[in-house]
Amino acid sequence: MRDLKEWRQTLQQQDRPADRPSLTVGMSTCGQAAGGARVMAALEAEVKRLGLQVDISQTSCIGMCYAEPIVEVALPGKPRVFYGDMTPERGGRLVASHVVQGVPVREWALIQLPGNASPYEGIPVMPASPYYGRQVRVVTSRLGLTDPESLAEYIATGGYAALEKCLRQMTPEQVVEEIKTSGLRGRGGAGFPTGLKWGFTRSAPGEKKYVVCNADEGDPGAFMDRSVLEGDPFAVIEGMTIAAYAIGADEGYIYCRAEYPLAIKRLKMAIAAAEAKGLLGSNILGSGFNFELHIKAGAGAFVCGEETALLASIEGRRGMPRVRPPFPAQQGLWGKPTNINNVETYANVPYIIQNGGRWFAAMGTEKSKGTKVFCLTGKVKKTGLIEVPMGITLREIIFDIAGGIQDDRRFKAVQIGGPSGGCLPADKLDLPVDYDSLTRAGAIMGSGGMVVMDENTCMVDVARFFLNFTQVESCGKCTPCREGTKRMLEILTRICAGEGRMEDLDTLEGLARVVKNTALCGLGQTCPNPILSTLQNFRHEYEAHIKDKRCPAHVCQALLVYTIDPEKCTGCGACTRACPAGAISGEKKQPHRIDPALCIKCGSCMEKCKFGAISRL
Amino acid sequence: MADVTLTIDGKKITVPAGTTVLQAAREKGIFIPTLCHDPKLSPWGGCRLCVVEIEGMRGLPASCVTTATEGMVVQTASPAVLEARRMLLELLLANHPQDCLTCSKNGACSLQDYAYYYGVRGDQFQGEKHAYPVEADNPFIVRDLNKCVLCGKCIRVCDEVQVNNAIDFAHRGFNTRVTPAMDLSLKESEACVFCGNCVQVCPVGALVEKASLWQGRQWELTKVRTTCTFCGVGCNLEVSVKDDRVVRVRGYDNPLVNNGWLCVKGRFGADFADSPERVARPLIRTGARGEGRFREATWDEALDYTARRLTEIKEQYGSRAIAALSSARCTNEENYLMQKFMRAVIGSNNVDHCART
Ligand SMILES: Cc1cc2nc3c(=O)[nH]c(=O)nc-3n(C[C@H](O)[C@H](O)[C@H](O)COP(=O)(O)O)c2cc1C
Ligand code: SF4
Ligand code: SF4
Ligand code: SF4
Ligand code: FES
Repeated sequence: MRDLKEWRQTLQQQDRPADRPSLTVGMSTCGQAAGGARVMAALEAEVKRLGLQVDISQTSCIGMCYAEPIVEVALPGKPRVFYGDMTPERGGRLVASHVVQGVPVREWALIQLPGNASPYEGIPVMPASPYYGRQVRVVTSRLGLTDPESLAEYIATGGYAALEKCLRQMTPEQVVEEIKTSGLRGRGGAGFPTGLKWGFTRSAPGEKKYVVCNADEGDPGAFMDRSVLEGDPFAVIEGMTIAAYAIGADEGYIYCRAEYPLAIKRLKMAIAAAEAKGLLGSNILGSGFNFELHIKAGAGAFVCGEETALLASIEGRRGMPRVRPPFPAQQGLWGKPTNINNVETYANVPYIIQNGGRWFAAMGTEKSKGTKVFCLTGKVKKTGLIEVPMGITLREIIFDIAGGIQDDRRFKAVQIGGPSGGCLPADKLDLPVDYDSLTRAGAIMGSGGMVVMDENTCMVDVARFFLNFTQVESCGKCTPCREGTKRMLEILTRICAGEGRMEDLDTLEGLARVVKNTALCGLGQTCPNPILSTLQNFRHEYEAHIKDKRCPAHVCQALLVYTIDPEKCTGCGACTRACPAGAISGEKKQPHRIDPALCIKCGSCMEKCKFGAISRL
Repeated sequence: MADVTLTIDGKKITVPAGTTVLQAAREKGIFIPTLCHDPKLSPWGGCRLCVVEIEGMRGLPASCVTTATEGMVVQTASPAVLEARRMLLELLLANHPQDCLTCSKNGACSLQDYAYYYGVRGDQFQGEKHAYPVEADNPFIVRDLNKCVLCGKCIRVCDEVQVNNAIDFAHRGFNTRVTPAMDLSLKESEACVFCGNCVQVCPVGALVEKASLWQGRQWELTKVRTTCTFCGVGCNLEVSVKDDRVVRVRGYDNPLVNNGWLCVKGRFGADFADSPERVARPLIRTGARGEGRFREATWDEALDYTARRLTEIKEQYGSRAIAALSSARCTNEENYLMQKFMRAVIGSNNVDHCART
């Protein structure tokens, strides 16, 4: 195919304005988990019942995961409106009011898209809405707005213009230079400059080279890469194709965890569609450049996200990291020079080529350019997928975008960077989010997981949670990580159980130091970070567990004490009936009491007491 | 290749480019402990005991997998290095049975040596230890994974030397262990050929020769260098002997022959040495053929008898009435002589060998 531009123009003319209404349901993993399929079925039934001419289709995650299932209603010549928290029951009114009468249901509407048509009144326009106001959507620009399975829509929205530009107007060296100019750094965690990496792989001696996309995304609570793969698979493929052209590779792999079936399905469809149109495979766009792309499903080991373990896994060996150097750029897949980047890194590439490296470098801070996608989870009001310019502060993300803490409780900490990251307390809220500031503060950028914690979170328990994760995910190759995480976990578990000793804190610090210094790969080297950062910022919580045998956040069960206030207790006996352990006794109409030896600290009594007589310490 | 000069513990050392820091240090007699490193196997870098401090490098790199570069400044015993090594040994011992009193590796165990050297008692952590059943369902090898330090040498030797791939790491985290596929025993796996090369490289008592159990402590043994009699390759052996009895056979590191490696027969077949059934003197048949009656003879008598009979048979029936069958247990030279003798002296081409089929 030689005339992509023409095809794009035809597509754009065909596409919009549509001549009939359309309903689009968010059907990414978040949408599906929230019941998107049932909503879609209900809408289909309603449309059929009324005999309407309406297109019903699906889209990917627009980022407002907190409001899924999300339904978009678009009438010809009118702005597209997005509704949140949809249920099958709400379908009837939505269709009757918005589709049939043309009157949006304001109280369910989240946002409307800007466009040529005049906006509806009383519904925030996307760029001005509080959630999107501070976001800059580059990598996520198509998410939730286009059909991710349609190559035509991808091309109509500017897709493959970048590849065409590379093949027709740029030498591979110029492509590498452009990426260098952009200042793009790897989005997989370590933040290595992408242009430099491409340059190394390009100049590594060897005929056969590979490009690999790291889509293993194993951090608990992280789903950036999944959202991008599900929402814009063509962008990742186009980015990889450009990388292959730049470094001189003719074959590539996407290593995607098998727990992402929808992403794999969409990637497969996208690869087939691109191949069918001559955008992948041999003689791409008639240029003589060949690139063959495979998908490899990984079994979901966290450590397989580490690049050398990932390559071993593609080769069919056990996913265990090896010492670098040699780096994959010199000796990667089957010993050949290999460029490995993260999903988001590749997804940025077409935009950089299209708009120029300078455009990208104008966003962000001096050393961290562009935007970053984050997964906001935890105790914020609006959890979801956001894309923000580098350098934005944590406060802006948590309070302006995510609307602050649920039930307006107190913010306690934000965990950034997953198991390799750290917990930052309130006095770090004004920290700019960029690679270097986060590292200096004891966290890391990581791949983009951001878990917000409120006053009801125990920081010792948080450290224990992450150590448990790294212990079971350690590949077992090296002593510090395999054995050290086990002992650190045991100590943390002991502290949470009220059996800690003050010396344990020194031992923890000593262990953490040695594990950090001696572990072979990034997993082991960074796994002490959750401990070190909580010890640094929340030492008093550790001490409360050890010295006072108290969990200030009331999380560690073994340390909870339930007592009944005799002044408030009316002797109704509701608690006695609720207690599964038979720990509560007392005469009717007399104050009751709890036997601490029998109490299993389930909290059932407290829930049942109507007089607020039971307290938890 | 060009040379590089680096400084280790204040000493300037010049080595060929490509040399590891560990090799460079050892060449100068500088001690660095290692558990997973073996110069005959591929680099691994897992145990981390060999960590050192290198100016300008983050953390403590493992010297066995770090290439020496020009101007590198290395410290092998800085406070940070010693802290790390002690901690790593504590961690290994925290998950180790510590029954050195009855362990057959006692006295030849790297873990024990390093613990002694660094004064590590292994009492800093009290937590979970493995409680794997000891595997002894085969006649040759006893596998006690509770003692395994997961250095992975056995896996590499099986893959790279024996090229058998009978074992690998399985599971993750604290539960990582070395095992044949599907967690079977070596015997059940039917993949292991019991060459025992894994036993030879195991730095601790996780893999030991079954026949050597309770047969003598390491320091009671005399080591004798000899040649294997099982075939013509002539593998060099290091036989450990106590009271004139063979306790254990290991390969002797002769790079010209077997480079230290052995097969199942050479390693585990030494029981013939003091077997009562062993034929130690020449025997001459006394009864009828097949009756099984023999008398002992001297070598002179036996050789004279054989020479006389061969001459008689050749005269009476011709050379082709005589055939010779020799043994795979002879050396190549002996087999050569045998066929030469048959062809040149007897005049017959009827030569064969027990291992021909
Ligand atoms: C334990 C561990 C897990 C990792 N997991 C991932 C992952 O899931 N996705 C990813 O892109 N990079 C992951 N990385 C980082 C990769 O090793 C590698 O740096 C990255 O894929 C390079 O791509 P980039 O330069 O585009 O960031 C992981 C690293 C470690 C040490
Ligand atoms: S640090 Fe952990 S995950 Fe990495 S190689 Fe060592 S044991 Fe494996
Ligand atoms: S005895 Fe030989 S074949 Fe069997 S596991 Fe050990 S090295 Fe492999
Ligand atoms: S059995 Fe021995 S050689 Fe094999 S990993 Fe364990 S300690 Fe190392
Ligand atoms: S000897 Fe170097 S890491 Fe084990």
